[in-house]
Amino acid sequence: MILTTPFHERVAALNRTGLWEHWSNHLAARRYQLSDKAEYFAVRDSAGIFDTSPLFKYRISGPDAERFLAGMLARDVRACPVGQAQYTCWLDDRGFLVEDGVVLHTAPDEYLLASAEPNLAWFADRAGRLDVRLEDESDALGVLAFQGPRSRELLARLVPAVADIPPFGVTAGEIAGAAVTVSRTGFTGDLGYEVWVPADDALPVWDALWESVRGYGVQPFGLDALHMLRIEAGLLLLDVDFTSSRYAWNDAHRSTPVELGWEWMFADLAAEDRAFIGRRALERELEERTSRWTMRGLVVDWHDYERVYDEAGLLPPRDHTPVLEDWMVYKDGDRVGYATSFMYSPVLQRHIAIARVRPDLAEPGTDVKLEFTVNHRYEQVAAHVARLPLFNPERRKAR
Amino acid sequence: MTSDATTPAGPAPASADRTYDAIVVGGGHNGLVNGAYLAKAGLRTLILERRPLVGGAAITEELRPGFWFTTFSYALSLLRPQIVQDLDLVEHGFFPLLMSSTFAPGEDGEYLWLTKDHDQNVREIARHSRHDADAYTQYSHDLDVVCRALKPLLDEAPPDLFSDDPEERLALARLAQRFRGMDRRTLHDTVRLLTGSAADFLDDYFESELLKGYLASTSIIGSKVGPRSQGSGLVLLYHSLGEHDGEFGSWAFHKGGNGGFTQVLARAARAFGAEIRLEAPVQAVLSRDGRVTGVALDDGTEFRAPVVVSSLDPRRTFLELVDPRELPDDLVENVRRLRFQGTSSKVNFALDGLPEFPSLPGRDDVFRGFTNIGPGMDYLEHAFDDAKYGRFSARPYIDGAIQSTIDPDMAPPGKHVMSCFIQYTPYELRESDWETERQNLGDTVQKTLESFFPGFGDLVLQREVVTPLDIERTTGLSEGNIFAGEFLAPQMYFFRPAPGWSQYRTPLEGYYQCGSGTHPGGCVMGAPGMLAARRILADRSGAGAR
Repeated sequence: MILTTPFHERVAALNRTGLWEHWSNHLAARRYQLSDKAEYFAVRDSAGIFDTSPLFKYRISGPDAERFLAGMLARDVRACPVGQAQYTCWLDDRGFLVEDGVVLHTAPDEYLLASAEPNLAWFADRAGRLDVRLEDESDALGVLAFQGPRSRELLARLVPAVADIPPFGVTAGEIAGAAVTVSRTGFTGDLGYEVWVPADDALPVWDALWESVRGYGVQPFGLDALHMLRIEAGLLLLDVDFTSSRYAWNDAHRSTPVELGWEWMFADLAAEDRAFIGRRALERELEERTSRWTMRGLVVDWHDYERVYDEAGLLPPRDHTPVLEDWMVYKDGDRVGYATSFMYSPVLQRHIAIARVRPDLAEPGTDVKLEFTVNHRYEQVAAHVARLPLFNPERRKAR
Repeated sequence: MTSDATTPAGPAPASADRTYDAIVVGGGHNGLVNGAYLAKAGLRTLILERRPLVGGAAITEELRPGFWFTTFSYALSLLRPQIVQDLDLVEHGFFPLLMSSTFAPGEDGEYLWLTKDHDQNVREIARHSRHDADAYTQYSHDLDVVCRALKPLLDEAPPDLFSDDPEERLALARLAQRFRGMDRRTLHDTVRLLTGSAADFLDDYFESELLKGYLASTSIIGSKVGPRSQGSGLVLLYHSLGEHDGEFGSWAFHKGGNGGFTQVLARAARAFGAEIRLEAPVQAVLSRDGRVTGVALDDGTEFRAPVVVSSLDPRRTFLELVDPRELPDDLVENVRRLRFQGTSSKVNFALDGLPEFPSLPGRDDVFRGFTNIGPGMDYLEHAFDDAKYGRFSARPYIDGAIQSTIDPDMAPPGKHVMSCFIQYTPYELRESDWETERQNLGDTVQKTLESFFPGFGDLVLQREVVTPLDIERTTGLSEGNIFAGEFLAPQMYFFRPAPGWSQYRTPLEGYYQCGSGTHPGGCVMGAPGMLAARRILADRSGAGAR
């Protein structure tokens, strides 16, 4: 039986296409209107609301909660005080990525961890004798992502503390009489928030939010728009841009966090003596520079893309629909990497990709070729390497 | 983003010697594009704009607190995409917002509502005619094929038919080759569109009047032709050549309106080093011994440069900025007989809320794009009939756009701005004048909208009527023609603006033209500005421009 989210009654009424996707055994709107691109623009220009409830959510609490997570998560959770959140990841003992997620430090000795796939066994089986409680809150909480340039101004009218929280800040609040948690997090690369709501309060919270944004150009957005937004934001997607080491068949399918471009998570590694799963492998990788890849953005050369299609007698397509396939990257005839997400970015007016390249070619500006088929033949088009995220507006970083 | 639309740039840095490498007359979109390309190439460039803001006919003005009006030009489509890339416009704020649907109400409560979803459109058209459902797919494809074949012509200057230069001969041969490379059907479709009427072309595909009316609307925009006039096919084809994010015939609203767009261009031009002076009306282009030497402003200030580029229309470029007596007779004669006959107006509204279409109560999403009031070929043709006899249309064609549904910053929350492009409103009224008729036109437009959207009038907070005379007075476009010279076959390509002068040069050495009156033509396309810059830079380096 496919489930519905706590907001379903409302999102179903707004879904004018009747198109749904099956996401973690929940119905999730693909798009609410016939143009996913219009929903995308609502997020980039005003704000959009996304029902992200199908995420797995775990509450981790108890006197040893911090100690436990410090040993499980690769990024140092001790640097995340109450009222903050962290984008984090967890590794296996060979230093390969199990998964990534967001952890909210909601109260002393209490955390909330959100991930795309179930992870309860992975965490619970490693709790040992620590005094820590793990609860699966996946069904107990609904989550609304409220994202876009107007999100701060609009949400602060319901939860005034929102006006002051920095990126990855967390605050408690009340909407329509319900206790909610608001984090300045999201999967769009824009200014934005996520509102964590007890499932029983979901509908009144939705109604209060929806009513308060009327007239401001706010629209609900579905998974199709989210995929566009996250590629521009350089946010990696499980089973698209990487595979969990737990379920990989071989190391070619595994990735280390450094290979995924997350070296920044370990900037203070040398200064802290925390023991966590994968630490020794990670240290060795950093020390011996054994990373096989560096995750980067690719920006396709506009004129060359035009040329390739023109010579084939075709119109150069500029379809914003993400292509989630492996496309090879070449340099001087050698295969030097592969792209895993590709799209035409309307805000950047270019084709872009998320791609792995050999670490020696990771310098931004490096010229490479991206291969795809035109007229049923392989063609290579010029592109250059760029740092992720490719779209990173000031408003997102502003404190 | 819109807030700087009305802010003067501040005092320009004092240029002690007032000498530049190039001076561009007019800060409309083509002047800005041209100046930006020249500055990017390293030329010390000065752009002179008569008004207190750049943009020409592409401006956005806050006529009522919180309500931003696109006074004249109101949407983007034909802008050449390489300009966005070449001038780094994204870095300067280029942000075209998608218009996700078009709504064409009928007079009987029916409607045609086209979206970005092809399958949905097929079904929507089938409601009106099952025959037209796949005919529409065929039509769109056939038109795309013609557009693809012609698109390269937008990105290069026409060959000079009258030159013996081997390079021009070669260009002409390449042009012939391009047409020979087309298959029979594409070539024939091209010729039918370039020379025939939109009605004939559309009749071959469709039977639904509502659909034909909607499609034929682009065949009359800005032109004194009806859909049944020969020549309307060319106007339809021209508008189909626009592309937005790679889709032919697709349109967008720039953030902050087209004034938001020209502000982006101004920022780009300045970033490349161009200097923009506002409130600097050029009185005359100065020359000596057949060579341009600079310009003089109305207040007598002179600026010197070996290159002066006019972005004004051909009439002003050749008959006002310079002394026509210094020009060849045939050029002067051709420019004098160039047809302008502006026939469009704007009526812009501030609205208290969104209108409602009776058959679709509560559906506010019909307004997320153009609202096309032209329900059938007869409607459009009748509207044209009035114009033939010197009257404005009793039931005008209206291209409406409630831009605040796409860009909520254009109006206060819950309120809206609506741009209405109106046709036909001949520049020369036979029995009256525009000062007398201004509010009558506003009333006619409002009454027409009321007939499709009952209660519309109650929503109106403010109304701005912009007649062809207003267009001429404010933007300088002769007779209020939005294309700086009509889109008629004898005024296009080899002959735009005059036979022998289609390559941006003029008979005065160092004097160039880069406005919409040159190839390829009007709309917020930027191609004339870009191609003229290419010509100028090639002439400076002594190389060919191709």
